Order: sequence, then C-alpha cells, then structure tokens
Amino acid sequence: MNNIICACGHENPEGTVLCGNCGRPLTEEAENSKLVDMRYEGSARRSQTYNKTIIDKIWNFFSSVKVGITIILMIIVAAAIGTILPQVLYVPATTEADIAAYYERVYGTFGKIYNDLGLSDLFGSWWFQTLIGMLGISLVIASLDRVIPLYKSLKKQRIKRHESFMKRQRIFATGEDILGEDSFNISERKLKELRYKVKREDGALLAEKGRFSRWGPYVNHIGLIIFLFGVMLRALPGFYVDETMWIREGETRAIPEAPGYYLESKEFILETYENNQSNEVFSEAIDRVGTIVSNYQTNVVLFKNQENALPGQIDNLQQVKESSIQVNKPLKFDGYSVFQMDFRLNELKTMHFNLSNKSTGETLGALAIDLVNPEPLYDLGNGSSVELKGYYPDFSGFENGEPQTKSPVPNNPAFLVKMYTPNTPEGETSFVAIKQTVEPLGVNAYKLEFQNVETRDVSGLTIRKDESLWVLAIGGLIFMIGVAQGSYWNHRRIWLHKTNDGRLIVAAHTNKNWFGVKKELDIVTEVAHLPQYIDQHDLESEEFKKDGEKSS
Amino acid sequence: MAQTKRNRFFMRTFILIVLVFAIVYTIFTNATKDKIEVLGIGDQAPDFTLVDLNGEQHRLSDYQGQGVFINFWGTWCKPCAKEMPAMNRQYEVYKEQGVQILAVNIAQSDFEVNRFAKQYGLDFPIVIDKTKSVMEAYNIDPLPTTLLINQEGKIEQIVRGGMTEKDISQFMEQIRPK
Repeated sequence: MNNIICACGHENPEGTVLCGNCGRPLTEEAENSKLVDMRYEGSARRSQTYNKTIIDKIWNFFSSVKVGITIILMIIVAAAIGTILPQVLYVPATTEADIAAYYERVYGTFGKIYNDLGLSDLFGSWWFQTLIGMLGISLVIASLDRVIPLYKSLKKQRIKRHESFMKRQRIFATGEDILGEDSFNISERKLKELRYKVKREDGALLAEKGRFSRWGPYVNHIGLIIFLFGVMLRALPGFYVDETMWIREGETRAIPEAPGYYLESKEFILETYENNQSNEVFSEAIDRVGTIVSNYQTNVVLFKNQENALPGQIDNLQQVKESSIQVNKPLKFDGYSVFQMDFRLNELKTMHFNLSNKSTGETLGALAIDLVNPEPLYDLGNGSSVELKGYYPDFSGFENGEPQTKSPVPNNPAFLVKMYTPNTPEGETSFVAIKQTVEPLGVNAYKLEFQNVETRDVSGLTIRKDESLWVLAIGGLIFMIGVAQGSYWNHRRIWLHKTNDGRLIVAAHTNKNWFGVKKELDIVTEVAHLPQYIDQHDLESEEFKKDGEKSS
Repeated sequence: MAQTKRNRFFMRTFILIVLVFAIVYTIFTNATKDKIEVLGIGDQAPDFTLVDLNGEQHRLSDYQGQGVFINFWGTWCKPCAKEMPAMNRQYEVYKEQGVQILAVNIAQSDFEVNRFAKQYGLDFPIVIDKTKSVMEAYNIDPLPTTLLINQEGKIEQIVRGGMTEKDISQFMEQIRPK
C-alpha cells in the first residue's frame, strides 16, 4: 500500500487530499486549486484505500454515491412505471392465472409484459425488493466509509495547520498583528462569548462550534436503515396482518390471522343526519345533498377459544367483550385492531310465504324459510305442509332441467317445494323463485304466495396488526433528528495563526451558512483588530465570470 | 498494518453477509407468503375437529396412521360437484387400505349439504366448517382445494382446483399407508 508522507512527516493513507496532521494539500489537484475541498476533511474515503479482494470490490461498489443515486433513480423510475396500470390489489381477479389473463385481456400485450415483469405487483416483486435492499446496503456502506474517517480526522485535528491549508480556505485574511499578544486573548474571549470551543497552542488558535451538525446526514441514514428494517419485519409471520372479513348479522366467524378468536356480529347500523336534529348550519348541505351518513357501526361480540382448542371446536367459546366498531374506532384486542371498512345492506335472510288456493285465494297457513338454515319440512297444521326439496340461494337458471346456483349467497333464492294439503295428499311440485313460478309436473291447485322478506346487513371489517409500527416510528424520528441536526446547526471553525515573521493569518470554514460565520468573524475582527478577511469564493466566481465573458 | 487489513476484510465480509442475508430472507418470505401462509408441503397439518352430518366429531389427529384426503368444497361450486362422485368411487376402493376422506364444506346450511350428499350418494364423512375457522387455519382459496395428508400427519400435497378421477386415484395411492 502506498502511503503518502507529508512534508510535516505525517503518514497519510492513499487517496488523502489534505494531510491529516497539518492540512497541507497532498494531491496535485489540491495544490493547484485556490480553495481546498473540505468534504470529509480531505481524508481518504475508506473505499479508496483498499481495493484488492472481491469483498473490497463489492464494498467499494456500494460505497459509491454515484451507485447510491443510480439505485434511487431506478427505484423512482420503477415506482413511476408501477402507477401506469392498476396494481393487482385493484384488479378483479384473485388467482395468478386470472390476474395474468386479466392484464392481457384488458391492456393487451403491454399489459402482459407489465404483469410478467412484476410491475403489476411492484412492491411484491423480487427485483424491486432487491433494489430496496441494495439501497439499504448502499446506505450502510457509504455511511460507514465516510463517517469513520471524518470522525477520526475531526477528532485528531491539529490546532496549528500549515499555511498552505489556511490560504486555501474560502475565508482568509493575512496582515499585521496590531494588538500583539492581546489579539489572541481578546479573540479567545469574544469567541467564547459566541459559544465557540476554543483551543490554543503557541501561536495558534482553533475555535470550533456545532461539530455535531456534521453527523446529521449519518444519523439520518441510521433512521432510514431502521425504517427499512421495520419494513423488513413485516415479512416475518406474526408481525403484520392486513386482512378483510365479511360478516353478516347473526353470524359467528373465525377472525382471519387471529387464531382462536371469533367475532359475532349483532347488528350493523347506518345512521344519517336528520335535518331537524343537527346543527342549523348543516341543514343547507343536507337539503342539497339529501342524506349524509353520520355513522357506520357494527355491534360485535368477541370470543376467544380455550387454550389448546382446535379450529372448528366452537362449543366452548369464551366471551371476551362486547364492542361497537365505528369508523376510526376499532375493536382492539391482543395487538389486533378490527376496523369498520365496508357494508352491504339488506341481504335476504328470511322469506315469508302463504300456502294458498290458486282459484279461491284461500290461505292454508304461513311459512317462513330461513335462508341461512332452511328446514326440510314446514308443517302448517290442519294437514297441510310444505316439503323443501331443493334450495338454490343464488339461482342462475336451469342446466339439463336442474336448477343451478352460482354462489352460496342468497342474492336470488329459489326453492323446489312439494306442497301437501288435505285436498292434494299426493302433493304438488312447484319451483318458486323471485317473480317466477314453474310447475314442472303439471298445473297445481295450490301455490306458495310470497308475502314479505326479512333482510340483514353485512359488515366489511378489516383486521390489522402491525408490530413493526413502533420500529417505523423510531426510524422516522431518528431520520427527522438527523435532518434537523444537519440543517439547523452549522459546523463552524475559525483558525488564527501567528507566523514566524509576526503576521497574523485568519481562516474560517463552515459546512453551510457562510453568512453566519462571516458575521461572527466580523465581530471578532472588530474587537481584536484582526486583518480584514476576504471571501475567496467571491473572488473565484468573479474570475470565473470574467473568463466566461472572454471566451464567449 | 496487515493486522488491521485482515480485520477490515473480516468486518466487511461480515457486514455484507448480514445485509445480504436479511435481504434474501425478506424477499424469500415475501415471495412465498401469498401462496399458502404458514402451510407448505412437508409441514404438519394443523389439527382440527368438525362435526359431520350425523353429528359425529371428526378430529384430524384421530386418523394418524392413515392417509387423509381433505377436500374443501361448496355445493354451489361446479368443479366440486364434478369431482365428488369420482372421490366417492375411489373412496370405496381405498377406504379398506387406510385412506380416509374428510370433505369440509365451507359454512353452508345443513339442508343444502344434506341434499347434496343425498343427491350424489356420498358415503365419506362430510363436515361443515360453520365459522370458517378451519378454512382460515388452512388458508383455503379457492374452492375446491384438496390437501393430501400422509400417515405421519404431514402435508404431502396441496391441490388447488378440480381433479379427474385418475388424479384422485393417484393421490390416494400416494398417501396410502405403506
């Protein structure tokens, strides 16, 4: 390894720009420039120092800011492309094959490629996750590679720097020492008043404040890494649950992803604002819009199965609590939250019929068919009864003379019944559907006359559990602390030297807000009669402007 | 100097391995999560107990030592209705050889399930998962889904969608106790 030995005798690792000891420029470039690049204090980034093994090569790849920015840009572009077509979550298909077919059918070849590339489920696609992971690696390595040398060089920085280092600082002054020995003492007192930490060595003074501002970006990166770690936790079983369930009034259902817990829906409530009840200022809006919902609510009972009870074993459920779930007021238990998300009103529950004589209209009795739990036989008394031969909750037509149902939900219930009366003891067969009666075995004397229907509501609930939330919150907080640390504080340093021939040299540096450090240096300059500084950056940019004019 | 260099090499290797492991693990769990959560081939089949149409309890672990053919179905599901008679025929062949069928209906009424069983003349036990808790435990979607459980109670195979009679007989052969 080629170490660079500075004129002062200090040995610097390869890639060092400014000597770690005295600050002399070590590269030709630094020597030729009027101002030094103070990034990382001119220390060698670690990645520049070793480049031998494959591990070093991988390390150096991720250490590069260019690589980091490229990864970020790739993520941005991928995320942007991911918004062109709807994500799988919003597509009316569940199985992989259906989804693929949907994209191809609706969006053509583009849709097929889009889905094949995983753009349709961007956050779930392995390559997107790989990109995010690479960003994480880049954050860790790039930070380590910079923060360690920076920390070291700031920690062991010398009070006395070489003149060439001072001369190349943006704010620089040289001139007569008017007050002699006092110029250092007065400067020190004033700088301390300005809350600088002042260190002195013979003929040299270093005033420094706000060094911790330099750690801002790295604190920020730590926050990001913790955030990414929190996102990673979500992939672990038990850390993150986001499920939906539909539950009808009166039903008891196992809660998805919450083993051993059951929920019974007592009632779904939908309330609207009444014009006369609510505040007068809203009455105009109510008149204009019509009904405005004031409350969506599901009243539930939470049950827990005994320890060691098996799925399906529901004869010994223990009631945990009764609760009413409203929007933004979830049912909470054991780290889970159950939210009111959706509803369907008026699903058929019970249908009421009269058995009546078609010609006379005489009624022989009434029956109620519970669509959730129909019975095989309904005895109406007086020798009349109705036998249920078939039940088709979502009747969709006949196939080979057989009635079909397309779902288990009673959207369009139909029944195949046999009606017995004292006059027709052999029974009459009838197929009864909504607005449709078929008498397959000849004309009947009796019919089931539809009376009315009872309905019930369905609640759409979301079950959430997020154990990673606090990790995300801590990550976000640290991120913001880093931002504030780097933004609202500045790392300012002022150097003061007395040269061998009795002149004073002043130099100042800050990582941002040059106006601030100049203002403070103005104060010190005035009381200690220091030579007036110049901002070499202004000079340089002026020169640059002139050059530009010449060349144009 | 050589010492620090070696230390640095090990440090870098260690950090890279930790980071890469974390990422690979995350991607892997994310990729397999959507399929069947928690459950995979070779896993112990979660025990459950349900009541059949005759009021008898069927507990999965009671069939330890036999192959169990668990079929999740609904009366309204066409492919279910199609494979049921074939399952029944194969059941007649394999029940003497230690293969049991448990047909788990998803939360339908007794009437519908009874009617269906009678209509197709099904002899194997049909249980109804009234609260969908077994369906949740097995993360079943879509219907029909069939799980083949071997004599050790481990999941041998998960079949999503309908099966032909040939499939069914092969599957039963596969879980027949040896």
